[in-house]
Amino acid sequence: MKTFAMGGVHPEENKISTEAVIEQFPLPKTAVVLMTQHLGAPATPCVAKGDKVKVGQLIGKAEAFMCANVHSPYSGTVAKIEGCKDAFGIVKPAIYINVEGDEWEPTIDRSATIVRECTLEPKAITEKLKEMGIVGLGGATFPAHIKYSIAPDKKAEYLIINAVECEPYLTSDHRVMMEHAEEICIGVSILRKALGVPNAYIGIENNKPGPIATMKAMAAQFEGIIVQPLKVKYPQGAEKQLINAITGRRVPSGKLPIDVGCVVSNVGTAFAVYEAIQKNKPLIQNILTVTGKKLPSQHNYQVRVGTTYADLIAHSIGTLPPTTGKIISGGPMMGKAVSNLDAPTTKGASSVLVIDESEASRAPESNCIRCGKCMNACPMGLEPYLFSALVKNDRIEEAGAHNILDCIECGCCFFSCPANKPLLDEIRLGKNKYRAIMMAKKK
Amino acid sequence: MKLLNVSGSPHVHSDESTKRIMWRVNLALTPMLLVAIAFFGLNALLIACVSVLCCVLFQWLIEKFLMKVPSTICDGSAVVTGLLLAFNVPATREMIWLVAIGALVAIGIGKMSFGGLGKNPFNPALVGRVFMLISFPVQMTTWPRPLQGLLSIPTTDATTGATPLALFKENQLGATNDIMHYFLGQMGGSLGEVSALAILLGAIYLLCRKIITWHIPVSFIGTALIFSGILWLCDSTHFMDPLTTILTGGIMLGACFMATDMVTSPMTRKGQLIFGFGCGALTIIIRNWGNYPEGVSFAILLMNAATPLINRWCKPKRFAK
Repeated sequence: MKTFAMGGVHPEENKISTEAVIEQFPLPKTAVVLMTQHLGAPATPCVAKGDKVKVGQLIGKAEAFMCANVHSPYSGTVAKIEGCKDAFGIVKPAIYINVEGDEWEPTIDRSATIVRECTLEPKAITEKLKEMGIVGLGGATFPAHIKYSIAPDKKAEYLIINAVECEPYLTSDHRVMMEHAEEICIGVSILRKALGVPNAYIGIENNKPGPIATMKAMAAQFEGIIVQPLKVKYPQGAEKQLINAITGRRVPSGKLPIDVGCVVSNVGTAFAVYEAIQKNKPLIQNILTVTGKKLPSQHNYQVRVGTTYADLIAHSIGTLPPTTGKIISGGPMMGKAVSNLDAPTTKGASSVLVIDESEASRAPESNCIRCGKCMNACPMGLEPYLFSALVKNDRIEEAGAHNILDCIECGCCFFSCPANKPLLDEIRLGKNKYRAIMMAKKK
Repeated sequence: MKLLNVSGSPHVHSDESTKRIMWRVNLALTPMLLVAIAFFGLNALLIACVSVLCCVLFQWLIEKFLMKVPSTICDGSAVVTGLLLAFNVPATREMIWLVAIGALVAIGIGKMSFGGLGKNPFNPALVGRVFMLISFPVQMTTWPRPLQGLLSIPTTDATTGATPLALFKENQLGATNDIMHYFLGQMGGSLGEVSALAILLGAIYLLCRKIITWHIPVSFIGTALIFSGILWLCDSTHFMDPLTTILTGGIMLGACFMATDMVTSPMTRKGQLIFGFGCGALTIIIRNWGNYPEGVSFAILLMNAATPLINRWCKPKRFAK
């Protein structure tokens, strides 16, 4: 069975919400739509206070190169345009909307009929991806139109669809595959056409027999879609590791997947691409898991962007269990701890993970015993223990010389450290400092 | 409202801990302790108890009164040092109190003076052992014979005897040379080195628990086997045969438990192979051309000193070039 070349760990899977069918999340009364829901510069608001908006109407325009359009997920009145703290406490430009009814743009096809035929040319596909504000839903929220506009000196050979979902707890990809296999396959075909590659590979870890069977059956009806089961190992869903597992190729240090002829998109993105291209629906909704060991019920929701975390919790489980210790947006390995529950969700949000206080704190740190577990767990073949020591002693350039920037922040080092050293915290600090040094040198 | 925790990812941790690793090493050392008690009786038990208690006590005292840091004696590493130190001394009555001096050197100088567990460049138990060997050469080289059990060696009933290595050095290792006896534990020697079987049992457990890897033991023992084999083939009257070489003295104990100490051995597999090779080669050189009949302790300490250099030279293979 295929997997990536080195390192990796096996965290407890805890996929307790796999059987929860995707529910439609009800509309909130007021909503906040952030202008930065993607990697890059914020979108520029193109509505004013007091304007009436419809669902799917463009409200934030991408003006910079690295940017994505933002559409209104709600119908109603623009209450105000000002900064809003996101879930992690960072103030971002945002549009506040008083929700009134649910009136959609008439161009959006809301029917249940599935449209298989796509007549658009590759160039028109990327144009439409840009118009619809599609971003990668695997976590990095990279604007899709940039990813699928291949530079003339580069050539795509493989389209890889990331359905690995190697993070513990998360089940949104699992559910999308079970319930929307056909739409995903159409989305993949469209992306394949946009790139002009012969084959698309859908990588799924072997612990998801249901999605593998469903996707295989559906892929058989389509040309050039291959479902590739993979051996279970974290972080298989990391872009470089997935490319390696499926093609055997390795993205060189500091390079992009396209440099080895690969383009990787998340399975959720493929679904969003289908809706955007075939149904004219911008990216205003995403699938989100609400889960936690101590929660009375587990849920997978289709949620409009801009719903607050507090609303998600209140509707799904009522109140938080009294022993709640931490709330994470994303998986427990790479997700971020939420510090502001009144913040709105964004396009890339994949879960609300409620962690009990018994698991919410780090164990006290002790001396490094040079066991080498961090090094053996590192999927990039780096030396986390060394980075930790170098960064602590402010020897940042040495850390840079040991390729600290290769780190993908998967957390395998910290996860496996018997001394509980916060290795990834130190590596992140080191990376930031090293980048600053490099910037200063350039100037 | 109750405040929630906020911290950087990852938010989950494997159940791995220093404490669990150290107590598992202690568990792996238990078969050797039991064999030592079976063969050497009460002396062995008392030496082990005194050594372990002294190591733990000295660490506690140093942490409390000199370093003024929270005590780490519960992590079990002082117990490992205590047991390994006990396994490296002969089971004589004098050792019951002499081992306390060794424990002070091992913990005080070998470990805590550098900052405690993880910071020591040399294996603390070996630091203690070599200090004792140099300070008390007579006591450290007077070995009682193992009690004569089911598979006993037919010898005189003297209460003390030399190790096979010492006998060989003096050209006295003769008809009693029987490899099966060495393997099971019927030979003179320090507490922990008498039974290769008990050592292997512990080593297999550590391998299964992934606390050690095969690289250091195999390259250490393999090098010793091949090197001594070449010497033996050249001149079998002057050099010991390779199987006896690796089964006698401290090679098995050293290769499986002393050289594999995480703190003082290289990090990468390649580095570990070089480290094991160095230990094996130095051991055979010291045994055949040095003043001491046994060279394992010195060989490992010398390679400990080379470990930072090996770490610098042997880097892990990078995923992305």
